[in-house]
Amino acid sequence: MPMAAAASTVKNGVNVEALIAAREALTATPVAAQFKWRAACEWKNGTHSHSTVEGFYGLGAEQHRKRTFKFDADHPEVFASEDKGATPVEYVLVGLASCLTAGVAAIAQHRNIQLRVVTATIEGDMDLQGILGIDSDVRNGFGGIKVSYKIDADAKREDLEALVAQSQKRSAVYDIVTNPTNVVVEVL
Amino acid sequence: MVIGAGHAGLAMSRCLTERSIDHVILERGEVANTWRTERWDSLRLLTPNWQGRLPGFADTGNDPDGYRTVPEVIRFIEDYAKAISAPVETNTAVTSVGSGGTGYLVRTDRGDWKCRAVVLASGACNSPRVPALASAVPSSVTCVAAQQYRNPGQLADGDVLVVGASASGTQIASEIQRSGRQVFLSVGEHIRAPRVYRGKDIQWWMDAAGVLDERYDGVDDVARARRVPSLQLAGTSDRSTLDLNALTDIGVTLVGRLAGIANGKAQFAGSLRNMCALSDLKMGRLLETIDAWAHATGVDTAVEPPHRPPPTRVENSPPLSLDLAVGGIKTIIWATGYRPDYAWLDVPVLDRKGMVRHDGGVVDLPGLYVMGLHFMRRRKSSLIDGAGDDARDLSNHLSSYLDGRILKTGQSSESDSSSGYQSEVA
Ligand SMILES: Cc1cc2nc3c(=O)[nH]c(=O)nc-3n(C[C@H](O)[C@H](O)[C@H](O)COP(=O)(O)OP(=O)(O)OC[C@H]3O[C@@H](n4cnc5c(N)ncnc54)[C@H](O)[C@@H]3O)c2cc1C
Repeated sequence: MPMAAAASTVKNGVNVEALIAAREALTATPVAAQFKWRAACEWKNGTHSHSTVEGFYGLGAEQHRKRTFKFDADHPEVFASEDKGATPVEYVLVGLASCLTAGVAAIAQHRNIQLRVVTATIEGDMDLQGILGIDSDVRNGFGGIKVSYKIDADAKREDLEALVAQSQKRSAVYDIVTNPTNVVVEVL
Repeated sequence: MVIGAGHAGLAMSRCLTERSIDHVILERGEVANTWRTERWDSLRLLTPNWQGRLPGFADTGNDPDGYRTVPEVIRFIEDYAKAISAPVETNTAVTSVGSGGTGYLVRTDRGDWKCRAVVLASGACNSPRVPALASAVPSSVTCVAAQQYRNPGQLADGDVLVVGASASGTQIASEIQRSGRQVFLSVGEHIRAPRVYRGKDIQWWMDAAGVLDERYDGVDDVARARRVPSLQLAGTSDRSTLDLNALTDIGVTLVGRLAGIANGKAQFAGSLRNMCALSDLKMGRLLETIDAWAHATGVDTAVEPPHRPPPTRVENSPPLSLDLAVGGIKTIIWATGYRPDYAWLDVPVLDRKGMVRHDGGVVDLPGLYVMGLHFMRRRKSSLIDGAGDDARDLSNHLSSYLDGRILKTGQSSESDSSSGYQSEVA
C-alpha cells in the first residue's frame, strides 16, 4: 500500500493538514483531547421523541455550534405508531454509516486518493422476538449489521478495500457498536 | 409408568399408590441418581430441612433449620423410597417413549413396557445450558459446566471465569475464590435475596406468605416466570447471605454479562450496574411483600423490625473484556443454567426449543404428564417441597384420565399434537 508522500493534489474536501495539526496539538496536551458529546431527548407522544444536538465539550472548554440539529424518532405504522421519524435503531445505522464514510473520505485524502462517488448501504438484521420478550435467547439488538460500499475513485480495488478497512479501525461508532460500553442510566 | 426416581418421581409414585394405580418407576441409575452423579462436593441444599415435605413423609433430621449436604439428600430420598415402598426398577434407562395402541410403548435397555399413561419425572436439569458463544473459547482455556464441577482441586492453577450469578454460579464462585484463585464472575439477570430476613430464613417467609404457592395460571406471564433464575442463596452453617456484595468482599471481581468472544477476548456487557439495580429493586419488592404479609397477619410483632440490605456495590468502570488467549484465565465455569434432555421422547410434544408443551404438567398428549419443571404448576414446582402438591394434582388428573372421565377430542390421531385435545376433569 503506497503512501502518498508528495503534497496532496487531491480534493475530497477534507482538511488533512488541520487534522494532523490537531492530532499533534492533542498529543501534546491530552486534557484537551477529552471530549463529551451530548444530545437531549424529549418525549412527545407515544413512541415519538424529539432530540436536539448543540453544544459539546472539548479542547478544554464548552463548545457551541451556530445551529441546533433536530432529530425526530418514532416507530413505523406497522407498530401502531405515527411514524414521525426514523426508529432509534435506524439512527444507529445512520451513525455507523456516516462515521465510516467520513473516515473513508479523510483516509482517502491522506492517502492521496481522489474520490468521485462514495455510497454505502447499511442493513441491520433484527429478530423482534428479542425486544418483544418472546424468546429470551434472542438478543434485543441487531443480530448482525452489513455495510456495502460502492466507491468510484482513482485507485485500485485493493487500495479501496484498505481504505474501508482502515476507516473501520479508526471509527468511533464502529467501536461503539462492536465493543461493550459501560452505560449508566439514572433518574434525577 | 413413571420415568425417573428423583424426589419428583417418588412423590408421584406415592400419590399413585394412594389411588391404587398400578405403576412402575424406571430409573437409569439408582434412586436419587442426579444427586449421586451431578452435584459438586461441597453443595448443601439452599432450602432448609423442614422444607422437604413429601407426600407421606416428613423427615427434618435433628435440625429443621439446617441445610442438607449431598450425602444427606441421597439418604433422605432413599429413605423416602423405602418408606413408600416405591416400585423402582433401577439401572433401567428409557431409550424411547412412543405412542402405541391405546397408550404408550416405553422402550428401555432392559426390555419394553406398555402402559396407558406416562409421567416424565426425569428431571429439569439433565444438561447444562451453555451459550453458543462457548465455541469461541480459545483452546488454552478449559471449560467446565456446573454439572461437571466437583471442587477447586479439579481446576488448573490460574484465574477462573464463572459465567452466571444465580445459585450455582455464586456458590461455585465463592468456593473457588476462597481456594486462592482469582475469580471473575460474569453477572447477567439474577435474583438477590438475604438468607435470613427479620430473624427468619427467607424460605420460611416465602413459604408462609404464600409466595412459593403462587400458581402458574395466576401470574401475568408464565413463560417469563418460568425463565426466572434461581435465587442467589446457599445453605451454610452460619446462615450467611451469598450476594454479590459478599462475593466482592472476598475479592471476586464482578463483570457484566458475557456478550461475546472475539479474537480470544471475552467481552462483557456494559449493563452490570443495571443488572444489579434491577435485582436490588426486585429484592425490595419481595421484602415489601413479606413486610405487608407480616403486618397483615400480626407476625410483625414476633419478629425483628424490617430492614433493607445495602445496595449492590458496582465499581465505576467494571472490566469490559478479558483476554482469554494470553490472560490469567485458565478455566471457565458455565453456571448458565440447566435444561432437560428428552432425546428419548418419540412423541410430538416438544416445542421448537426442545421443551415439553404442557399445561401445568398435563402434556399435550392424553395420558402424558411431566413433573419437576420450573414453575410448572406453582413457584415451588422444581423444589423438593413443591413436588407434593403437583403430584397430588396430577395424579388426580391421571386417575380421571384412566377412568375415562376426561373429555377428549380428536383422539384417533394419536401422534397429532395439534388435534385440539382439551383436557377437562368431568
Ligand atoms: C445444583 C442444584 C441445586 C439444587 N438445590 C436445591 C435445593 O436446595 N432445594 C430444592 O428443593 N431443590 C434444589 N434443586 C432443584 C431440584 O430439587 C433438583 O433439581 C432435583 O434433582 C429435581 O428432582 P427431580 O426428581 O425432578 O429430578 P432428578 O432428581 O433429576 O431425577 C430424575 C431422575 O430421572 C432419571 N432419568 C433421567 N432420564 C432417564 C431415562 N431416560 N431413563 C431412566 N431414568 C432417567 C435420572 O437418573 C434421575 O434419577 C437443585 C437443583 C440443582 C441443579
